[in-house]
Amino acid sequence: MDKFTQLDGLTAPMDRANVDTDMIIPKQFLKSIKRSGFGPNLFDELRYLDEGKPDQDCTGRPLNEDFVLNQSRYQGASVLLARQNFGCGSSREHAPWALLDYGFRCVIAPSFADIFYNNCFKNGILPIILDEDTVDSLFKEVEAEEGYRLVVDLEAKEIRTPGGRTIAFDVDDFRRHCLLNGLDDIGLTLEDADQIRAYEEKRKQKAPWLFN
Amino acid sequence: MAGKTLYDKLWDDHLVQERDDGTSLIYIDRQLLHEVTSPQAFEGLKLAGRGLWRVNANLATPDHNVPTTVEERKAGNEGIEDPVSKIQVVTLDDNCDEFGVTEFKINDIRQGIVHVVGPEQGATLPGMTVVCGDSHTATHGAFGALAHGIGTSEVEHVMATQCLIQRKMKNMLVKVNGQLGAGVTGKDVVLAVIGKIGTAGGTGYAIEFGGEAIQSLSMEARMTICNMAIEAGARVGLVAVDQTTIDYVKGRPFAPTEDQWEQAVAAWSELHSDADAVFDTVVELEGSEIAPQVTWGNSPEMVVPVNAVVPNPADQSDENQQKAYARALEYMGLTAGQAITDIKLDRVFIGSCTNSRIEDLREAAAVAKGKKVANNIIQALVVPGSGLVKQQAEEEGLDKIFTEAGFEWREPGCSMCLAMNADKLGAGEHCASTSNRNFEGRQGFGGRTHLVSPGMAAAAAIAGHFVDVREVETA
Repeated sequence: MDKFTQLDGLTAPMDRANVDTDMIIPKQFLKSIKRSGFGPNLFDELRYLDEGKPDQDCTGRPLNEDFVLNQSRYQGASVLLARQNFGCGSSREHAPWALLDYGFRCVIAPSFADIFYNNCFKNGILPIILDEDTVDSLFKEVEAEEGYRLVVDLEAKEIRTPGGRTIAFDVDDFRRHCLLNGLDDIGLTLEDADQIRAYEEKRKQKAPWLFN
Repeated sequence: MAGKTLYDKLWDDHLVQERDDGTSLIYIDRQLLHEVTSPQAFEGLKLAGRGLWRVNANLATPDHNVPTTVEERKAGNEGIEDPVSKIQVVTLDDNCDEFGVTEFKINDIRQGIVHVVGPEQGATLPGMTVVCGDSHTATHGAFGALAHGIGTSEVEHVMATQCLIQRKMKNMLVKVNGQLGAGVTGKDVVLAVIGKIGTAGGTGYAIEFGGEAIQSLSMEARMTICNMAIEAGARVGLVAVDQTTIDYVKGRPFAPTEDQWEQAVAAWSELHSDADAVFDTVVELEGSEIAPQVTWGNSPEMVVPVNAVVPNPADQSDENQQKAYARALEYMGLTAGQAITDIKLDRVFIGSCTNSRIEDLREAAAVAKGKKVANNIIQALVVPGSGLVKQQAEEEGLDKIFTEAGFEWREPGCSMCLAMNADKLGAGEHCASTSNRNFEGRQGFGGRTHLVSPGMAAAAAIAGHFVDVREVETA
C-alpha cells in the first residue's frame, strides 16, 4: 500500500447523496480476479452513454459530457468531494480500487457507509468526514473556482483551501498510523499471533464445537 | 452495572485484544467465501507466502456468477458461457483445492447462495462470529451470531490471522410490537424499518431486531430481516436465540452433536440482551400497522405501502432529498401521485439471499397456484437459494406450481439480484423483485427495480402490475 502523508490535489465535486458502490463500479466489472485496471470503469454508467462491458477498450466510448468527471477542468483530480452516505451498498472493495486506479487518493463527505469507509484505508485512500455545512462551503468554492486544489495534510490532520482556510479533521489513530507508513495490517496482527493462539485455547475449553 | 446487549455479549466472547487506540482484535469463527471477493485475497496470501490460519473455519461456494439455466448448468464450469465469469468460478475452485478449503462446487447439491448455504448446513451457529466478503453477511445475525460483511483486504486478513480489526459499534434496538397481519412478511418489516430510519439510519450501529412480532417469526423470516440491515446502513443485524433458533439448527451437517450439542444449547441460552441492557437508540414499530411494502425509487428507503401513491419530491423538506426524489422518479419513469398498483411490470424475480429459502418459495407458490402469469410479463423467474432448497421445493411440488403458472424454474445462484450472470433487466423495464437493492442499473443497465416480498412478487406476476397480496386468494 502506498503511503499517504500530504496531498495537494485538484478537487472534483460529486453533488449527489447516497452514491452506492454499484454506481462507483457496476457489477459487470467485478469479474476481474485482479486489483487493478478498474479506473476506466469508475462511475461507468454515469460517465458513458453506452453500456460498459468487461475487458473493453473505453477510449472510443461515447462520453456523457454532463458528468462532472468528463469536464476538462476536473481532469487529473485526486480529491473527490461528495455528499452524505457515500459508498453505501455492496462491500465490494472494487469500489476503492476503481477510485484509486482513476487517481483519487482522498474522498471528503459528511458521512460514509461503514464498509466502504473501512475499505478505503486498506487501499491508501483517505476518507474524510466533515460536517455538512463545511462540505457545502467546499462545494461552492470548488464550483466557483477553476483549478481549485485542496491540500490534505494527514500528519497535521487538516485540510487547507486555496483561500487560506484551514479545516481540521478527525481520523482514527491506528488507521492514520497505517496510512502514514503504508503498513500492511496483516503483518501487524501477526505480531500478536501468541495472543490469538492463547485466545483459541481458552475458547476451545468453553466452546469446543466451534473448532470441529 | 447495566446488563449487556446481545451484541455486547458476542463482542466480549470474541475479544482477543483491545488496543490503546480504541480498535480491537476480534476472533472470527467462520468465514464464508465466494468467487467475487476472494480471488484477490488468495492472491495476496500467495504473494506474501502466508497460509490460512485455520483451514476448517472457511467454507466456500460459487454463487454470484453461476448461470441458472438448466442447460448451461449441465456441463458445470465448462458450461459457463461468459468467459470472464468462468475464470472467476474456476479460480475459486483452484484456490480452494490448493488451500484445502471445503467448497460446494457448481453442481454439488449443497451449492447455493452463501447466505442460504451457511445456515442450511449449520455452518452458521448461534454465538459465532461470521464474516464474508459480501455486505449481506448480516443475514447470519438471525442466529444470534455476530456477522459482518467485509471487504477483500479484510477477507485476506481473516484468512491469515483468523481475526478482524474492529471498533465496537453502538447498539440499536428495533422493536416490532404485536403481531403482523396476514400476508405481511419479514421483508415488509425490514422495508418498513428502512423507510422509517433511512439507508444511513443504522450506520455505526449493530441493530438487534426484537419484540413480539420478531419472536413469532420463523428463521427464514428472521434471516430476511437481518439480511437487509445493511440497507439501513448497519453492518450487523441480530435476533436473540430462542427455541425457534435451536430447532432450526439441530441435526444440520455442521451442527454439534451428542454431548457437545447439550453443552452448546446451554451456552446459547445466554444469547439474548439482558432485561436491563441499555441501547443507544430504540426504534419501535407496531406490527399490525405494517402493510405490504413496495419500493418506488433507487434507494431502499424510497418505499411505501402497496396501497399508497408515488411521493412528490416537493413534499420533502430537505433540498438534497428533493433532488434525490426527482432524480429517482425520472430514472424509474414514474410520476408523483401515481398509485403503486398502477405500476406496470415487465419482469418478476423471486430469489436472492434475501428471499430464496423454502418458506419464501412456499409463500410465492401459494399465490401462484392454479393461476397464470400475465401476458405483459416477459419473464418471471424463480431461482432457489441452494440445491437443497430446490430439491425440497421439488419434493413439495412447488416447481410444478410455478412452471404451470408460467414461471421459469431455475438452478440456484444470485442471478438477477445483481445480474452478474446472464439474468438481467433490459433498459426501462420494471421488475418486481424479492432482492435487496433497487439501485440504478443494479439488475441490468437502465433496469427499474421494485423491492417486494415473495407473495407480492408472485401476485404482481399474475396481475401484471402491483396488487395488495392481502386481497388475493391464496391456496
